[in-house]
Amino acid sequence: MRSRAWWRPRTRLRFDEGMVIIQRMFFVEDPSLALRMTKPGPDYWMDFMTNIQNFKEGIRDGVPICLGYFAVSFAFGIQAADIHLSPFQAGLLSLLNVTSAGQFAGLAVIAQAGTYLEMAVLQAIVNLRYLLMSAALSQKLSPETPTAHRLGIAYGVTDEIFGISVLRKGDLSPFYSYGAIFISVFGWVAGTVLGASAGAILPQRLISALGIALYGMFIAIIIPPAREDRTVLATVIGGMALSTVFTYAPFVKDISGGMRIIIVTVVVASVAAVARPVDGMEGEA
Amino acid sequence: MRTHSLYIYIIVMAAVTYAIRALPLTLIRSEIKNRFIRSFLYYVPYATLAAMTFPAILSSTDQGISAAAGFAAALLLAFRRQSLIVVACGASATVLIVELAMGFFA
Repeated sequence: MRSRAWWRPRTRLRFDEGMVIIQRMFFVEDPSLALRMTKPGPDYWMDFMTNIQNFKEGIRDGVPICLGYFAVSFAFGIQAADIHLSPFQAGLLSLLNVTSAGQFAGLAVIAQAGTYLEMAVLQAIVNLRYLLMSAALSQKLSPETPTAHRLGIAYGVTDEIFGISVLRKGDLSPFYSYGAIFISVFGWVAGTVLGASAGAILPQRLISALGIALYGMFIAIIIPPAREDRTVLATVIGGMALSTVFTYAPFVKDISGGMRIIIVTVVVASVAAVARPVDGMEGEA
Repeated sequence: MRTHSLYIYIIVMAAVTYAIRALPLTLIRSEIKNRFIRSFLYYVPYATLAAMTFPAILSSTDQGISAAAGFAAALLLAFRRQSLIVVACGASATVLIVELAMGFFA
């Protein structure tokens, strides 16, 4: 007769091995700490408290993003309900994607019953800017940051969370990102679910007004640094001007919205980088 | 009747989006030394967000005039270094007021 225990793991995790895994979760690097862990020493507590502190700061800085997301995702929820998504489905979509432009574009594909390939290509193009942001963010992390944390931070690379993360002084702690992601995603999903379930009772005037909230958030991120640095100001104006040309000029106006953003970004950021190179990620004074 | 499963759409969206976010963060582990690439990455967020904002913001509401007013309000508030939420809500409130006023005078 066959053994009934075939599915059991062969070896159990030893206590100290488990401790190493827990330490990795809390970003404690020194593996020899595993032995000291049974009696938490001062080193361990210092790292632990720093991580908690970073998490709290992430939550603090994420609160405005959470509120802004709420307004934008409320509008998204209303649109999702329009094409007959349930509040659960809309909320799941928001939880798994956390991309404003990508999700709105995705709704159009779902509504038109497009192919899965079409959906994949569209998402890749609309969200390709995250590739650039993620590359920029990789420079803010200490090179020793383990893969698990890199994968964790990657979930929350959005325009706004990226915006506050790159502006942090010094190396970015993954726990700062987790705090900001936690509170922001909460606002994003809650807004979606409420918009999808209660949006229909809102007057059209209010829905129209909420439509601009996303752009207001973008403006709040780019304008203050543009005051400080004339090259950033020129980048912002150049980006808006070139994007206007690509929206209305003959021939180029046929390029899709996602592709337009990528082309404008690459052209304008390249020109700015040649015109005024920066030395650190924080830029020159 | 839908011919495609909604859940497969959601999974495709999430997988593509996550791959785009995760690849550079996991593959680029050391500091990029190239000065051009560093500078390029520094300017990327400003160029992207600017391109996404304008002119799309002008068609984000029911009427172009209210959107233009909301855009102006957002610029003014952001220039005065107001926080994310103040700028976003200020722009929305301006749109609401302008549209109500236009409905009143029309």
